[in-house]
Amino acid sequence: MPKTIVCDGNEAAAWGVARSRPDMVAVYPITPQSSLAEYVSQFVADGVIDADLMDVEGEHSVLSVLQGACLAGARTFTASCGQGLAFMFEPYFRTPPLRLPIVMSLVTRDGITPQCVWGGQQDAMTVRETGWIHMYCESAQEVLDTVIMAYRIAEDRGVMLPVNVNHDGNYLSYGVERVEVPDQDEVDRFLGEKNTNWHAALDPERPMGVDPLTGGATGEGPGLFVKYRKGLCRGMENAKQVIADVHREWGERFGRSYAPLVERYRMEDAETAVVTIGSMTGAGKDAVDRARASGDKVGLVKVKTFRPFPLEAFQEALTGVGALGVVDRSVSFGWGTGPVFQELLSGLYLAGRVIPAVSFIGGLAGADITVEDFGRVIETTGRAQRGESVPRTVWLNEDAGEGGPS
Amino acid sequence: MRPQARKPFDRSGIPDDLCPIATEHAVLWTGDWRAERPVVDRDKCTRCATCWLYCPTQCVVERAAWFEADLKICKGCGVCARECPHHAITMVPEQEE
Repeated sequence: MPKTIVCDGNEAAAWGVARSRPDMVAVYPITPQSSLAEYVSQFVADGVIDADLMDVEGEHSVLSVLQGACLAGARTFTASCGQGLAFMFEPYFRTPPLRLPIVMSLVTRDGITPQCVWGGQQDAMTVRETGWIHMYCESAQEVLDTVIMAYRIAEDRGVMLPVNVNHDGNYLSYGVERVEVPDQDEVDRFLGEKNTNWHAALDPERPMGVDPLTGGATGEGPGLFVKYRKGLCRGMENAKQVIADVHREWGERFGRSYAPLVERYRMEDAETAVVTIGSMTGAGKDAVDRARASGDKVGLVKVKTFRPFPLEAFQEALTGVGALGVVDRSVSFGWGTGPVFQELLSGLYLAGRVIPAVSFIGGLAGADITVEDFGRVIETTGRAQRGESVPRTVWLNEDAGEGGPS
Repeated sequence: MRPQARKPFDRSGIPDDLCPIATEHAVLWTGDWRAERPVVDRDKCTRCATCWLYCPTQCVVERAAWFEADLKICKGCGVCARECPHHAITMVPEQEE
């Protein structure tokens, strides 16, 4: 029998790790990920997880250690965010082209500076061009389930890419819910044999040079480099189908279904769409319900997977929509809009569609995005649809009143 | 120096665009970069393998009575000449044939 517990998103992630039977876990604590690192450490100490736990001196070493472990055949896990992820960047960028199926929770946090320890998606969005798969969760249960699914996706032979399972700092990391922990036997059957180093290995029985010097202006160099870059793009492209298949199988085996790439909510006859990502989505759905009750034909599309970018799924979900309000929890500096907004417009352009669209940036540094905020998103997007002049970017928490996040 | 006893890894099952691994000595001919080449005095070489150990491109090959660099790979850095305890290696500019 699966057991039912009450826990926060960080503990839910740790249970997902436990059920995935990693061989090695390396962690370095950073708010709001710290309790996740503590739960995983406690599970190792208590024998719930049978893995080597590496206490290293910083995030750069965390991922370097796991690369070695993965190349030696281990299933691995870590978690980080914010400044920790920034310190991890050098091995982080190397992991996807080495095709190492490492799974890492990003307990997303807004970017320093200004000094901030609270949630936001600036960290994850800033590293969106590195070749990691990025999936964003909406609930603690989805966090647990997605951590397990992430291993199937990462270790698929057509994918072989690392996966970030992202959940919002504060709102999901510390928000407590009823969570079902699946049976170990069921998860074992779902995950199957681990599959981490058939392609590149630290193994004296089959000597090979891993990551030899490749590139330069002469000889085979330029072509070889292009070949590996295109190969990584191919893995990303393959991942779309694998993510869909794995989510479907998860639903069949465990009875909980999630949209793998994008979720559509009340989009059947929608003329206006609100686009959300992560834990803000619940408030967005409530606002859509309110608007529907007063006769507005509005729906919501939620991003689950942002890398690979779900181009076709978005184009399909937004067919027939006349205007878009895209809510980001991060900033694309230099565009002055949200990154989801910016990329979504590129996707619509490729489908030959130009429609009114407004970028909303909210929930930075722990700020809440309320149902009322989403009401404003719907109302403003409706004005854009009617041809009224609205700003390109609306900052939702600009006039939030007294007091800061606590 | 025992010859490598194990068979190299069979990469035939791995897509060739997957990941940079090498089962050959090198994928780039770094010898193209060389401005100076190491010349070994075979009378001084004692086969101590110090050059083999230090070479950053691992291009030193073992001959019957001496060690020398594979010039397709040797990039001419001169580490072997500096480290050779018997001063058996001299760096010679490439243009002086």
